[in-house]
Amino acid sequence: MLELKNISFEVHGDSATKEILKNVNITLEDGFVAVTGPNGGGKSTLAKVIAGILKPTSGKIILDGEDITDMSITDRARKGISFAFQQPVRFKGLTVKDLITMAKGEKLSISEVCSYLSEVGLCAKDYINREVNASLSGGELKRIEIAMIMARGTKLSLFDEPEAGIDLWSFNNLIRVFEAMRAKIKGSILIISHQERILNIADKIIVIANGEVTAQGVKEEVMPTLLASSEACSTLMDKLA
Amino acid sequence: MDELQKSMLEKIADIHEVPEGAYNIRSNGGLAGRNTTANIDIVTKEDKPGIDIIIKPNTKNESLHIPVILSQSGLKDMVYNDFYIGDNADVTIVAGCGIHNSGVEVSEHDGIHTFFVGKNAKVKYIEKHYGEGDGTGENILNPTTIIHIDEGGYMEMETTQIKGVDSTIRDTKADLKDGASLVIKEKIMTHGSQTAETNFVVDLDGVDSSANVISRSVAKGHSKQIFNSNVRGNNKCYGHTECDAILMDDGHVNAIPSLEANDLDASLIHEAAIGKIAGEQLIKLMTLGLTEQEAEEQIVNGFMK
Repeated sequence: MLELKNISFEVHGDSATKEILKNVNITLEDGFVAVTGPNGGGKSTLAKVIAGILKPTSGKIILDGEDITDMSITDRARKGISFAFQQPVRFKGLTVKDLITMAKGEKLSISEVCSYLSEVGLCAKDYINREVNASLSGGELKRIEIAMIMARGTKLSLFDEPEAGIDLWSFNNLIRVFEAMRAKIKGSILIISHQERILNIADKIIVIANGEVTAQGVKEEVMPTLLASSEACSTLMDKLA
Repeated sequence: MDELQKSMLEKIADIHEVPEGAYNIRSNGGLAGRNTTANIDIVTKEDKPGIDIIIKPNTKNESLHIPVILSQSGLKDMVYNDFYIGDNADVTIVAGCGIHNSGVEVSEHDGIHTFFVGKNAKVKYIEKHYGEGDGTGENILNPTTIIHIDEGGYMEMETTQIKGVDSTIRDTKADLKDGASLVIKEKIMTHGSQTAETNFVVDLDGVDSSANVISRSVAKGHSKQIFNSNVRGNNKCYGHTECDAILMDDGHVNAIPSLEANDLDASLIHEAAIGKIAGEQLIKLMTLGLTEQEAEEQIVNGFMK
């Protein structure tokens, strides 16, 4: 179980300090949680704070009762946190097999690597020895990123907009991947997403806007508030016009 | 051959025992073993140190190993090796030099390798340079490679220097006739206060000749590298050079690419990138549970693979 207690994150600009996250309190139980909300609202920052890539300005992060606020990225990864980036990283020289093997943390047979790739819809024999460089498309990289998280199989998996850059046909498969992962991985899955179909399969939805949790709960409770906030937005637009 | 020499051979030529096929092993300036085959002859030069290697036309799937090892501190070794590769031959040549210097004096090996690649012949040339030893004496390796490729010939050269060479100047010159092609893959890693200079000059003289020169390097510590490449398109041809370098610590890399088009139909491209390891690459591998140092090693090993 992951608890975020009064998490704030500030950045200091030339003249002003901007609060990206403001006193965020979230408890993640086992299950599938979707985080949604407008662009620039602080969702990706939240995921980076959990993974240890960004240090919160204040607040505490508790994983299974242990305070991990000051823990490094590496130590958090070893404690069972995985993070699929919104923009996957390219590596000259490292192959798909190298990355999946590093993710798993132990030597893998070719068929084991293949099975992870097949699960994300990549024909393994075409990819296993490919370098994870600029020759791969954005969609291919995103799928390899997801395969790495599946290979890790940790108790907490974070995905930052996994659907971005994936074509429609693959998107259907992606939903299936997450449904299968939900059944298979015992633990928490947190997905940042704008896609209604992903929100639909979530046990819980958290809405983050302007650095704050504006709503959280089951789909039936949260969906109406999402629509309400978009109405507020159109009211504002009307005024401006 | 003693254990030390055997371990050096393994590092530079992946040889465990006596290699298969033709070979010539040079150790501390003398001959330590030779084998010729029906198609590959090795003849000691009479006017200067070195050997002539004569590969008969149409020789297929044969290999030749010509490693050099220096384990005696203070030895300066200089050889001239000429390779005559017959028309239509298809062979693999593995060269390489290892220095084990446990003394205080400079050990140096300078090799001048000249290749005459026959019409439609195909050569894969693999060269590794390696130095070790706990002495304070410097290890110096200056390989010169001169390549002449006849019509339709093909040569692929893989040259690697991973460790322990204090100073190196690597000169490679090539000229290509009609339809000939050349691929050079260079990998260099320097550390400490080592220096490495690479100079490539390729003349694309023939119609539809092509060259692809790819250099990947890592400069660690206070080491310095200079990469010079000059591809001259003197006919309808295609040339591509690429220099990719990773900087670490206080390493320096100077890449000076030059393309010279002397024909309207010459098509020449150069790409170069120098920089430290991207922070996001380290972070990605750390989210997989690697420490920063382990992540760095994996990135460098992958890059130099």
